[in-house]
Parts: sequence; C-alpha cells; structure tokens
Amino acid sequence: MRYENDLRDRAAIVGIGATEFSKDSGRSELQLALECVSAALEDAGLEHSDVDGMVTFTMDNNPAVEVNRFLGGGHLTFFSRIHYGGGAACATVQQAAMAVATGVADTVVCYRAMNERSLNRFGTGIQDMQPEPTTASAHFGWYAPYGLLTPASWVAMVARRYMVEFGATSEDFGRVTVAARRFAATNPKAYFFDKPITLDDHQRSRFIVEPLRLLDCCMESDGGVAVVVTSLERARNLRCRPVRICAAAQGATNEQQMMTGFYADDITGLPEMGLVAKQLYATAGIGPEDVQAAIIYDHFTPFVLAQLEEFGFCGRGEAKDFVKDGHIDSGGSLPINPHGGQLGEAYIHGMNGIAEAVRQLRGKAVNQVDGAEHMVVTAGTGVPTSALLLGADG
Amino acid sequence: MATSKEEFEARLQEFVGLEIGAPEVGADLVNEPMIRHWCEVMEDRNPVYTDPAAAKDSVHGGIVAPPTMLQTWILDGFDMATPEKQPMNKQRELHAVFNEQGYTGVVATNCDQSYDRYLTPGEQVSGTTVIETISEEKATAIGIGYFIETRTTFRNQDGEQVGWMVFRVLKFKPSAQPAAAPAGDDGAPAAPVRLRAPRTHDNGWWWNKIDEGELHIQKCGECGVLRHPPRPMCGECRSIEWTSIISTGKGVINSYVIMHHPPIPGYGFPIACALIDLEEGTRIISNVVGCDLDEVHIGMKVSLSIENVDDEMKLPLFKPAQ
Repeated sequence: MRYENDLRDRAAIVGIGATEFSKDSGRSELQLALECVSAALEDAGLEHSDVDGMVTFTMDNNPAVEVNRFLGGGHLTFFSRIHYGGGAACATVQQAAMAVATGVADTVVCYRAMNERSLNRFGTGIQDMQPEPTTASAHFGWYAPYGLLTPASWVAMVARRYMVEFGATSEDFGRVTVAARRFAATNPKAYFFDKPITLDDHQRSRFIVEPLRLLDCCMESDGGVAVVVTSLERARNLRCRPVRICAAAQGATNEQQMMTGFYADDITGLPEMGLVAKQLYATAGIGPEDVQAAIIYDHFTPFVLAQLEEFGFCGRGEAKDFVKDGHIDSGGSLPINPHGGQLGEAYIHGMNGIAEAVRQLRGKAVNQVDGAEHMVVTAGTGVPTSALLLGADG
Repeated sequence: MATSKEEFEARLQEFVGLEIGAPEVGADLVNEPMIRHWCEVMEDRNPVYTDPAAAKDSVHGGIVAPPTMLQTWILDGFDMATPEKQPMNKQRELHAVFNEQGYTGVVATNCDQSYDRYLTPGEQVSGTTVIETISEEKATAIGIGYFIETRTTFRNQDGEQVGWMVFRVLKFKPSAQPAAAPAGDDGAPAAPVRLRAPRTHDNGWWWNKIDEGELHIQKCGECGVLRHPPRPMCGECRSIEWTSIISTGKGVINSYVIMHHPPIPGYGFPIACALIDLEEGTRIISNVVGCDLDEVHIGMKVSLSIENVDDEMKLPLFKPAQ
C-alpha cells in the first residue's frame, strides 16, 4: 500500500476565526457560523468575495450555500461535507487542500458551528434513534437494546480492555485531564480558564460509564471555529505568517465502525489513526521525532493514550508512562493541546484544535511551545478519522 | 427586562448564605396519632413507633417517632398546595428572580438528612433554613438551569439540634417537552421500555430467531465462515448465500462497562454491558445479569439466557456460567 500522496506543501492555512465558547450561545448556529467565518477571513485579510470553496461536517447544521449567501459571498466552485462526526475535523482541511492543489478552488473556508450544549447534546447518545429500519439504525440496534447507547459507553468498552492489557489505571486517564486543565487555566478563551484540577478531583468525580469518570469526558460546548485555506504560494503574500499543510490524510480500516469497532481481533488500538499517521509521515517526509507539539483529539481520555501510541510518540502500551513522566506538559518533549483541548478549552468537534495549531506555528499562542516547527493535529477517534501535519513557514 | 447573565448570576449570589426567614415551627407537637398515620402510609411495621408495650420494652423505653419523619413536623399542610397564599421569604424571592428570567421549572433532585437522635412525643420541632449554594448554570435533560442547595437545621423547643437536611432543587428553563408516553389500554401512561432494534432485510431473521428463543450465528453458504452481526454479503468470498447455526450460548467476557449516566428510562441503570467472545468465535454485545455488578470481569465465563425484558421484547442476555 502506498502511503505517500501529493499534497505536501501545496496549500496553507492563512486565517482562523472563532466565536466565544460557552454552554449557551444565545444565538443561532447560523449566526455562529457567520461570525467565525467572517473572523477567519478578517484574520487572513481576505474578502468574502474571495471565497470560492466551503467545507464542513455532515453533522453541521449550516449548509454552505446559506453561509455563503448570508456572508454576501460570490460564486462557489467547490463545496463538500465530511461524514463520521468529529472524524471529519482535519479532513475539512484535507479536502480544502485538495481543492486548492487541483485548482478546483482558490480560497476555501472550513467551518464548524454548533449549539451542541444548548441545542443538541451528543453525550446523551442515540436515545432518539429513529425506528425506521435503515443501515444506520439497524447498526445501533445491536447496542441500544442493551443500554450501550452513548459515546462514553462505546469508548469505555475499549478502555476497559486497554486497562487490562497494558496495566493502565483510572489515574493514568486522569493525568490527561489534569494536564489539559492546567493549560486551559492559563488560556483566557478557555471555558475552564483559571480552573485547574488535581488528580484527586478526577478520582472523586462520579462514574459516567465505568471505567470512565465525569472528568474523563470532554465538556459540551456552543461555539464556532473556521479556518481559511489557499495555495502556499498565495499565502506568502497575505497578512499572516502562513501555516503549511505538510500532509493531510483520512483513514478507515477493515472492521471500522462508527464508535463500535468491537469485532477486530484486538480492540485496544486505533488502527485508523495508525493508517492516518503513516500517510502523514510518508507525505511530509518526517517522523514523530520531528514533531514538537501536537493537538490530540480528546473527547475521552483513554483514546489520547492510544493516539500517542499510534503516532509513534511512544511504544504500544507505554502512553501511560509517557503521560506520567510529564512529556505532554508544558516544557515536556511533546506538549499536547496547549489551548486546553476539548477537556479544557471547548468541544468544537476538533476544529478549535486546528486553530490552536495555527497559533502555535505562527508563534502567537497563549501557551506558546518554544520551537514549535511541526505539529500533528488529529480528529475524532473510534470513528473513521483524519489528521494533519502542519508546519511553520519561513 | 433585559438582564445580562453576569448581572443575573450576581443577583443570585446575593442570596447565598441567607436564612430564608424566621424558623419554621411545627404546628403540632410530636404526637402518636401522626406517627401512626405516617407508619400506615409508609407500611412501616416497627412496633416501637406504634405499640406502647413493645416500645416500653425496647431500648427507647417508650414510643418514638421514625427519624425520617423529621421534616414532616414542620411542613405547612394544605397551604403548600397554594403557593400564592404563602408568605414571602428569601427562598420564594430567589425563585421569583429565576422565574423572571424564564427559569420557571422546579424539580427536587436530592435530599440528604441526618438524625442526631429519636424524637419523642411532646417535643416541638422547628427548622432554620439557609440558602447554602447556587451552582453555575448546568445543562440537564429537562433544560438549562441552576441547582440550589438549602440546609435546614432542626431543633427542639430547648434549642437542641436534633437533625439536619440538605435539599437540592433544579430551577430550570423548561426545554421542548418530548411527546407524552403512549398510553396503555387503561389510559395510564405506559412504562418506559428499552429501545427496539430496527429489523431490516439483513437482520430481521436474527431477531425473529431470538423471539423464538434461539441465538443464531450467520454462516456463509459458500465458504462457511461465521459472522456477527449479520450482513448481506460474505467479506471472504463475496457470496450472498447464507445459512445459520444455533450458538451454544457459551462465551467469555472480552470487555465490559457499567452504565451509570445519563440515566435512560427503561433500563434501570446501573447495569453491565459486555462484549462477549462466543465459543464459536464470533462476538456479541449483551448485558450480564444474574450476579452483582462487581462480580463481572474480563475472562468471566458466561452462558446465554434469552429473557423477556418487557412485555414485548426478548433479548439474548448472559449469566455467569454454572
């Protein structure tokens, strides 16, 4: 199988924009989308009429044509939506880069805007599953009658096995949250700004689905984030220091399912993320040793450990020690989620992590990682997924 | 009236630490008829509450009141049903502040009580209530709101503390209510039931076999490979021909979880969900029943028990193997 592709350094991220992050935005998802897209274009120094491409998630409720229309934009030559929940996050940028690289579009906006907390909480799972016999509902029919019907429950099933296989403990999961909340505490944009926690706080938090505690689960948020992608050549003439898209990839493997991949021989890994990692490293021509910081999708703590392993930042089963030894903290060998992640800043389906990587690689992040030249950014885990390898320019 | 969230929350915090008003004094002294009524309703047959002779021989030396009656001694009686007739106090003022901002719903969520000793007939109970905490805004299944905790300290006529209670309510903005539960034949709301598995052309036969009391495993009609969940085509040989075998129902737990939150009607959380390696080599998700939750473990041997989980639905469940 060929892992290398032709996307290396063809496109760049030139603008980022976001709304505030809250539990109740008090306005429509459409307005959030317009606000964050507008802010991203402003950041890039581009006009609404420059936009000719738009990408979002299938789960986003704001159609590209509506966002474009209300922005007062012009003609679109590329519009696309990506499936599989948070697994879509980095793939929005991948598709934008592909469109730019092939000349299908010149300026592509990727956005995700949602009142996830105040309107449609994902944490409640598939309680409102439609009774019509479709492929999707029949699939969840293997789990729903038994009560296994929330994202936390599907992750917990894998986490329990991981604990037994590798000797990981609830405290090992908790250290991921403690690290994220430590970063969030010094990020004024984070929902949990100035609210660090201790490992004791984690251990005292109630069970959601054993072995997962409340503080193993990311928060639920309202908000919107957008990024602007154009060619690297053009990017160098724009307002901000460009962030190169060194590589971008999607991945789904044999026996892949949507959160319920319980049938592979070994359920403790994230093989789709391994597939994505191989493509990123092959395309960018670098390895994990060349990455100084990372945005690791953190909707649930156990999958942060598995991702560190799949990307080769540590060996299989060793992530618990990697985290315990402080590698992921400020000043460590691989600080992760310096914005606080989805455990600390906000849950915008992975898009706020992409924006943070851009700030880091511009050298303008609130918790700046010294010498950040290359960063890995990952999308939703346990689902068909995607990731980026981004690089500072110049 | 437009009030910013900051102003609103600042106003709420002004109530924290306040006594809601003068102590509420019980209209009646602790007395045997009220104790008897309460015990009848609660079906509490303990003779120390109602039988003078038995009570005299007990450690109490006479009739005592059930400790859990503590709050009833100071409740308002029928006036409680007409809140507009109630005198204003700080608690009602606080609720009015919430109501103005659309947090019109109220639901009691927790009550913790502690008893210092038994009460005896003739004592007069009074309660002093303080608004102890107001949470930050929380999103709940019934709407966005704030948890209010009050602490009531109960004393007797001599000022001696006899117990306390922490009572927690959620003041919330009612969200769009789900459709009413379907009514049964007698007009009463039907009890919530577990979600059904939709039956398609691909899986309907399998659920039909469960209804008949058999756990089947799909088998390729061409190459014979076993597979679960059922699907239309064999991933090994692309054949769309298939048959099935009946599972022995013997398996080993590969992994498991205990479901706690959010509570979902019809399931009775906490329950154990497990990924089970069947003897035949396929895997299935199910519940482990027939043992304590803390006995469930990876590697545990289990065996099938097809059971009715409600009036209409059968599920293949698993129990510890004998």
